[in-house]
Amino acid sequence: MSHYISITATERAEMLKAIGVASTDDMFVDVPEGWRFPALDLPAPMSEPELVRALLARSNKNAHVHTHSIFLGAGAYNHFVPTAIDQILRRGEYYTSYTPYQPEISQGTLQAIFEYQSMICSLTGMEIANASHYDGATALAEAAIMALNVTRNRRKIVVARSVNPQYRAVLRTYLQGLEIEVVGDETPGSSIDDALALVDKQTALLIVQSPDFFGRMHDLRGLAEKVQAQGALLCVHFDPLALGLFQTPAEVGADIATAEGQPLGLGLNFGGPYLGVFTTRQKHVHKIAGRIVGVTKDVDGQLAYVLTLRAREQDIRRERATSNICTNQGLMALAATVYMSLMGRQGMRNVAELCYHRAHYAAEALARLPGYQVEPGTFFKEFVVHCPRPVAELNAALREHQIVGGYDLAEDEPTLGNAMLLAVTEMNSKADIDRLVELLGQFG
Amino acid sequence: MDTYEPHIYELSAPGKHGTNLPRLDVPEAALPTALLRQDGMNDFPELTEPEVMRHYTRISQRNASPDTMMYPLGSCTMKATPKLHEEVARYAGFAAAHPLQDESLSQGALQLMYELQDYLGEISGFEAVSLQPAAGAQGEFTGILAFRAYHLDRGDLDRTEVLVPNAAHGTNPATAAMVGLKVVELKSNARGNVDMDDLRAKLSPRTAGMMLTNPNTLGLFEDQIVEICQLVHEAGGLMYGDGANFNAILGIAKPGKLGFDFMHYNLHKTFTTPHGGGGPGSGAVGCTAELAPFLPGPRVRQTASGNYELFTPEKSIGRMKAFHGNFAMLVRAWTYIRTLGAAGLREVSEIAVLNANYVRVKLKDIYPQAVDRICMHETVLKGQIAGAQGIRTLDIAKRLIDYGFHPPTVYFPLIVPEALMIEPTETEGKRTLDIFIQAMRDIAREAVETPDVLHDAPTTAPVRRLDEVRAARQPILRYNAEAFAQILNEQ
Repeated sequence: MSHYISITATERAEMLKAIGVASTDDMFVDVPEGWRFPALDLPAPMSEPELVRALLARSNKNAHVHTHSIFLGAGAYNHFVPTAIDQILRRGEYYTSYTPYQPEISQGTLQAIFEYQSMICSLTGMEIANASHYDGATALAEAAIMALNVTRNRRKIVVARSVNPQYRAVLRTYLQGLEIEVVGDETPGSSIDDALALVDKQTALLIVQSPDFFGRMHDLRGLAEKVQAQGALLCVHFDPLALGLFQTPAEVGADIATAEGQPLGLGLNFGGPYLGVFTTRQKHVHKIAGRIVGVTKDVDGQLAYVLTLRAREQDIRRERATSNICTNQGLMALAATVYMSLMGRQGMRNVAELCYHRAHYAAEALARLPGYQVEPGTFFKEFVVHCPRPVAELNAALREHQIVGGYDLAEDEPTLGNAMLLAVTEMNSKADIDRLVELLGQFG
Repeated sequence: MDTYEPHIYELSAPGKHGTNLPRLDVPEAALPTALLRQDGMNDFPELTEPEVMRHYTRISQRNASPDTMMYPLGSCTMKATPKLHEEVARYAGFAAAHPLQDESLSQGALQLMYELQDYLGEISGFEAVSLQPAAGAQGEFTGILAFRAYHLDRGDLDRTEVLVPNAAHGTNPATAAMVGLKVVELKSNARGNVDMDDLRAKLSPRTAGMMLTNPNTLGLFEDQIVEICQLVHEAGGLMYGDGANFNAILGIAKPGKLGFDFMHYNLHKTFTTPHGGGGPGSGAVGCTAELAPFLPGPRVRQTASGNYELFTPEKSIGRMKAFHGNFAMLVRAWTYIRTLGAAGLREVSEIAVLNANYVRVKLKDIYPQAVDRICMHETVLKGQIAGAQGIRTLDIAKRLIDYGFHPPTVYFPLIVPEALMIEPTETEGKRTLDIFIQAMRDIAREAVETPDVLHDAPTTAPVRRLDEVRAARQPILRYNAEAFAQILNEQ
């Protein structure tokens, strides 16, 4: 009997008797006999100390932010995670409970989600936010589905080339069964204006990203009007930390704004779980996917929180639901909520400034190195450097010095040549940056 | 004790902050003034660390959870969360590793993923596993996209229908719709299983596949499963297994051997990754060798030299999300499987089924069973108590809160009137089950003798029953000082 089972052998016998079967096996007679009780060829069970050893052995084979200086981003970032967040996430009241279907005993989860929605709205300036999607990529794909439902009978989604290639891939995965045309990102180096030129009366949505996959920030003012003139919607995918300083999606008139919420205190986690941030206008509230928390009163008049506008969801609407999403990223939304609470108005601005100034310090130093050119343009925390040698070679050399170099663009954007996408955050100190620059100078 | 806790915006005071950030150690660069944010973010909260901690600790206490009470939410498998998992998933080599760092720097993480693919395949009888999907619903989406791609790849262009039993989870029909396929609903028979005549009548050259949960949402094993799979295959369709109820059949049956072609595992149900108040989940998928080329990438394989590497299957439907899946959840599922081994996993299902049947036999004289049969890991009863007037399942559920239990799933499956779907899970002891059973029996007596006690329930929770219509008619979806003041003043 494992230490997770609370039924003794004596109790088991009593219970079988009450059920009216002679043995445990007799409860499984509905399973066809030839298929019943197959052998499982699994490794022998391990004790807790053995498990700790086995898992530490696997963990220790990986580089991480404490063994290496990391300049890799491309959609996942080494940002500061305040210690207090994990203290909250480890509370069993939050992490062991489930979707707050019973509001009377789920006010904790419900209030936290409502505060998340409130803070995301304050951060973005957008009118409403849902309780989360799986990650930034799927939030963006759900934006496309919502836009198709809002605009009706339009079959085209336009996406700019500068949107993260993994997100564009997920967008195509999501839409492949629906006879929707996804265009705009075919040509390397094409711009947001090139994508805009494809927006027509058949288009449901234009998707742009700023800061984009290459780190560049775009002045998006005026874009929404041009898209809306065609009857289409504009989705802006943003970096939540950039908003401590820079233009919000609401200020540029976005109809939908999505983000990868990982920078909001989630840690890298080798790619997940992350957080899909989804925001839009109040008027689209009945078309959005996912859970939403609202406010009401109980029978005594006390203020209380509750899941609301549920008639959009799969458990009620079935095949006519706005999405099949059920479980989302609840605990990650809580992490982001605690992060934003701790940072506050000043902290959000300070983090953005640290990223911006350190990234620019790094870019200026690299630009001075012979053989290296920094791609021109306005950027936030990530930028493209053209290198004198293949990026794979440089990164291999950096690894010898416990540095994880930037993202190699050779596969996604071969026309850029030896191009490295470098991310610099508040976690990369001046000393780290100086060391990177010194080594790249030697290897160049 | 008044546990009401204000919205965090009401606790804010200008000038405070709750973190200790690095100082700026480089020269300031010029900011692009045209791109700066125009508002002052003035409504963003400002608090210190102690204030934030107290706030989120206080509101946590307004939550029920499996750590504090039995939480028999049917179909959700609210088993206890092993505490070791919360530690190991936070080891820095897992929690602080970048998903795109060179594979040579990620061998431990990739090894763990490779091993988990192998274990899940073995437990379910499937040839290939992808760990990428983020939750069960996304696993379903993956499977039905793979079915579509498989048929199209064979030049079989007219398979546009997915058969879904009327007892199915809402995610099944919603998934089929997202893939652009038509849902054809199947009836259930008197035994609570798929109606075979209806199945035969609805199979056709248009059938892309069938989605089935087994055990189904009535907690009953589909005892004609082998024949169902054969019929669907003969019609040229594929069988999708919704793994939401997999906790019932670990070491009891392998879906891949029964004839399923594809299934998802809810790692947050069967394999103990915590439910998180509504995620993150993890919806890894397994399938036959025939469907493996269509799986989402990246998956992990071992090279001849013994290293681990990521690869994308040749005819992949594409990515379901960024990166490799909800990795931290995979660490927990790996740990669970390696803790229990084959015998321990079978014991999980045996006790889960034992506990559900024990509750069933102790309550069925008062709460009629939806179908009078031995059940698997959960039992579906009806809140129809003889002699009780004007009592609904909702009232029973709310009264259970006063007895210190999280209510079961209610009004699901939709085909059972006044359904109460009870899934105790294997981690509950007999003592707790007996207290739960007694509570249910006491509530039935109250329903007859003092029905208003049920109508007024709950009275011991942080709040009482809510005006859900008001929430939907006058939606307040973000903090609004006036709306909050209005509600508070009405008290």
